[in-house]
Amino acid sequence: MLESIPLFPEQASSLAPEVDNLYFFVLAITGFFALLVAVLVVIFAIKYRDRTGNRVGAPITGSIPLELGWSIIPFFVSMAIFVWATVVFFHIVRPPDQTLEIYSTGKRWMWRFQHIDGQSEINELHVPLGRPVKVTFTSEDVLHSLYVPAFRVKADAIPGRYSSIWFTPTKTGQYHLFCAEYCGTKHSGMIGSVYVMDPDEYQAWLSGGGGLSMTARGEQLFQQLGCVSCHLNDGSGRGPSLAGKFGTQETLANGETVNVDDTYLRESILTPQLRLVAGYQPLMPTFQGLVNEEGVMSLIEYIKSLPAAPATGAATQTQAQGR
Amino acid sequence: MTTTVLPRVNYLNHEHGVASWLLTKDHKRIGILYLIVVAVAFFLGAIFAAGVRMELTTPQGDLVSADTYNKLFTAHGVMMVFFVLIPVVPAILGNFAMPLMIGAKDVAFPKLNLLSWYVFVIGFLFTIAALIFGGVDTGWTFYTPYSSTASNSNVMLTGLGVFIAGFSSILTGLNFMVTIHRMRAPGMTWFRLPLFVWAIYATALVQVLGTPVVAITVLMMALERALGFGIFDPRLGGDPVLFQHLFWFYSHPAVYIMILPPMGAISEVIACFSRKNVFGYSFVAFSSLAIAVFGFLVWAHHLFVAGISPYSAMVFSFLSFAVAIPSAVKTFNWTATLYQGAIWWRAPMMWVFGFIGLFLIGGLTGLFLASLGLDVHLHDTYFVVAHFHYIMVGGAIMGFLAGLHFWWPKMTGRMYSDGAATLSALLVFVGFNLTFGPQFILGYLGMPRRYHVYPDEYQVLNVLSSAGTSILGVGYTLTAVYLIYSLFRGERAGANPWLATGLEWNNTDSPPLPHNFSDLPVVSEGAYEYSKRGMKVA
Amino acid sequence: MPNGAAAHADHHGHHAHHPALQHHFESLEQQHEASTLGMWVFLVTEVMFFGGLLMAYLLYRVWYPGAWAEASLALDIVLGGINTAVLIASSFTMAMAVRAAQTGRHQHTVRWLILTMALGLTFLVIKYFEYAHKFELREVPGPDFEWHGQFPYQAQIFFSLYFGLTGLHALHMIIGVTLLAVITWMAAKGRFTPEWYTPVEMSGLYWHFVDIVWIFLFPLLYLVDRAHGVAQVGV
Repeated sequence: MLESIPLFPEQASSLAPEVDNLYFFVLAITGFFALLVAVLVVIFAIKYRDRTGNRVGAPITGSIPLELGWSIIPFFVSMAIFVWATVVFFHIVRPPDQTLEIYSTGKRWMWRFQHIDGQSEINELHVPLGRPVKVTFTSEDVLHSLYVPAFRVKADAIPGRYSSIWFTPTKTGQYHLFCAEYCGTKHSGMIGSVYVMDPDEYQAWLSGGGGLSMTARGEQLFQQLGCVSCHLNDGSGRGPSLAGKFGTQETLANGETVNVDDTYLRESILTPQLRLVAGYQPLMPTFQGLVNEEGVMSLIEYIKSLPAAPATGAATQTQAQGR
Repeated sequence: MTTTVLPRVNYLNHEHGVASWLLTKDHKRIGILYLIVVAVAFFLGAIFAAGVRMELTTPQGDLVSADTYNKLFTAHGVMMVFFVLIPVVPAILGNFAMPLMIGAKDVAFPKLNLLSWYVFVIGFLFTIAALIFGGVDTGWTFYTPYSSTASNSNVMLTGLGVFIAGFSSILTGLNFMVTIHRMRAPGMTWFRLPLFVWAIYATALVQVLGTPVVAITVLMMALERALGFGIFDPRLGGDPVLFQHLFWFYSHPAVYIMILPPMGAISEVIACFSRKNVFGYSFVAFSSLAIAVFGFLVWAHHLFVAGISPYSAMVFSFLSFAVAIPSAVKTFNWTATLYQGAIWWRAPMMWVFGFIGLFLIGGLTGLFLASLGLDVHLHDTYFVVAHFHYIMVGGAIMGFLAGLHFWWPKMTGRMYSDGAATLSALLVFVGFNLTFGPQFILGYLGMPRRYHVYPDEYQVLNVLSSAGTSILGVGYTLTAVYLIYSLFRGERAGANPWLATGLEWNNTDSPPLPHNFSDLPVVSEGAYEYSKRGMKVA
Repeated sequence: MPNGAAAHADHHGHHAHHPALQHHFESLEQQHEASTLGMWVFLVTEVMFFGGLLMAYLLYRVWYPGAWAEASLALDIVLGGINTAVLIASSFTMAMAVRAAQTGRHQHTVRWLILTMALGLTFLVIKYFEYAHKFELREVPGPDFEWHGQFPYQAQIFFSLYFGLTGLHALHMIIGVTLLAVITWMAAKGRFTPEWYTPVEMSGLYWHFVDIVWIFLFPLLYLVDRAHGVAQVGV
């Protein structure tokens, strides 16, 4: 019976041992200080007990060296924790370069995952062993938080923004996936499982069905919504060419520069006038309401997939202005 | 001592009748009025907590529905945070003892003080009304956009209750701040002030600077909900996370509104029952101010996983570690105060020992959450729940009870049973650890907070936690029983049953006179000069 | 306690009780100092109160400069300007009222107070017409909000903050006028002396504070990028 009570979560990602080592370090330090004070209090309470209530203690008022000592030593100890914890944190929030991209949207009360190759799944996430995976997600309604305890990762899903988590699974199996930010009635039902599979099995699972790949769906939307009529790949259209733009910098009409990333592309589809690229008129209508979050994600995936076209015309001009 | 010649007229018996209480401008009576309302709020909050813990004994949501469960933990949080923890020490013990301790006849603005109580009661009634008309399910934090768009419970009414009660806190802080500045008796210099008064002063700073911000934030949320303002609405380009920034800008310092005054009470009790000066008086005093100031700079540590930039997370993590230092300094100084003391084991001191144990754990687990790399995993899990209960209940409520047991003879003129009080401190200590200890493990395992249904493997720890609640309940009930019993059958306390220093013990009777002192006290020495009393050194 | 006894005697031997001296104070000076400090602390809480809204204002202004410029142009700078002048004038009359109370000229105090109230009411009436116009144009946040510029969504946030800030300010004006009405009545009854006119002084502090808030709100709301915006409209 006792073995069945878990006291420690499974380690199933490359980040988990890092986080756990830090945890034990902090546990050791805080445990030491807690014991130190607790033992002293108990010893003093017993040793200096006065049953009469009629005596007074020694006339001690303080000691500057002691005060300095117990301010400065804890400060340096806490700085050691701070530095280590910050290093681990940057590992958690900085994904490596080559990751398997998965998109997700949270809404009350389910998680929908969209694989690039076309499979989508609800409250289940299949990932391959040993490969860095990055899940980019947003919320369609209120705040949620995507949390996989076995991987030690978590991030809030915020409507109107993209968040992401990344992990490299190190152990096959089935793990809990939770919503960690309170979201209403069935908050505790917004849970699911992550399945870590051997790469071969994962490939088999991937090919086991699913519709259009995200890029293909994005291309479809790009045609249907009429994006293609302005955003010509050679840069001669009324809107800027999008080919090869992802991950570059763009100069805006107000002279600022912006990184062309998921967030900027999403914003430009839904509220195009907010940060207009220099050299273009504010002609683009908003697509808010015309395309859902997954559609936006597919469009972004399509734009990412466009190879850089040979620079001509307007595109060169924009680039030149940026310098 | 002058007290023996005083007539037996005191603040409790010089006027009679309900009206004499409801229209009183006496800070001591107002303190008692707060005690009554806060006790009712604590009782309600405890009932809601019991509901939550009963539901969580099984993994299935089989006792109450999901909506009811969500309303239960929200009601528990709102009740305990806004109507118990924030007023419990400043409004009850602060009101009763602070003017006595500085040698004033009353607070600076007695009418405003009474008004604060009425404002508090009105806020309380609004909140009660919200609960009666179906409750509210947003959690006590009212996060947008859930609160402003999705929830269909009584958000407005609860928000209004919290908004109104906030003004009570602002006005009390203002009143105390002016009182401490302008009403001290001749000779009562800043560095002769008892440490409780320093703590109340630091708290008043936070109340005055922080509470208005949460008031306006809750108002914006309400306007958003009622009129579609859009400030926190992502569909209009608004930012739901802005609400969290504004909310925690107040609500983190509010943690210090809850813990600083109990820390002050702890300093008083330790000095008295060790018969010593508090070790490093000025460090303890200034650490209160440091906590109050730093407390305003750490709010974003509640948002480490809410999409703030990693660099600002780094800054806030650093500052959160920094704010831990003054708390550590206090703890070390309390421990050092015991050294070579003449420690008299009476009930208030037993609560202090409990406080130190629980506050140690609560404070040190805060370091886990300030650590960025750990907070990603621990945020919004039961680890956080355990941590803040150790601070808020283990720290604030234990500290309050230490102070209440200390000043009870002064407030009522009667003694309670020391044995019963010691037993109850022990029960609360054990029950508390059993309730919240397992939650640290649950949190590291990954159990998210505010879960109605949870995976089976978490059951054993949850059952332990629920079992602890019943011990805790017995402990608190026992406290209520012997305290109420003492009102009728308790021994007469006499002016200074603890042989303590301080104007409230030495310059007036128990219970004190209607206007506190027959003669204006003149102060000529520090707060804890036990060594000058001509008693034998232990 | 000999010291205590001495202090006691001193307390009673001192100047005869002023009718306004409350029992828990030792002297009028102490009472006055307490009131003054209390009022300043109260004003600090007011700054924090407006601060929450101003924080939101600042954030969105940085995020959406275009929308801010566009929406700000829709505010009536003439009415806003007149109101600014009205409030500055009312600060002057309030200061004169305090001065008159200090020098013990009751009639002057009452007259200056009435003038201050009149200016305050003028401000509120003008504000009413401004609001009414916005309601006609449906530029009031909510489901009926209409905006024909480039930034309909963000403009709504601007107007939310406009109504939030000016509404809160107007509420303070209403409270201020009510307060002055009471003070005027007290002044007419001859309650104040050069020795004790604390309520007049405190109402003055409050009134100046409310004016200063407007001095911040006017440029923040009405003058966002106005020069640049006018040039654009000119083109």
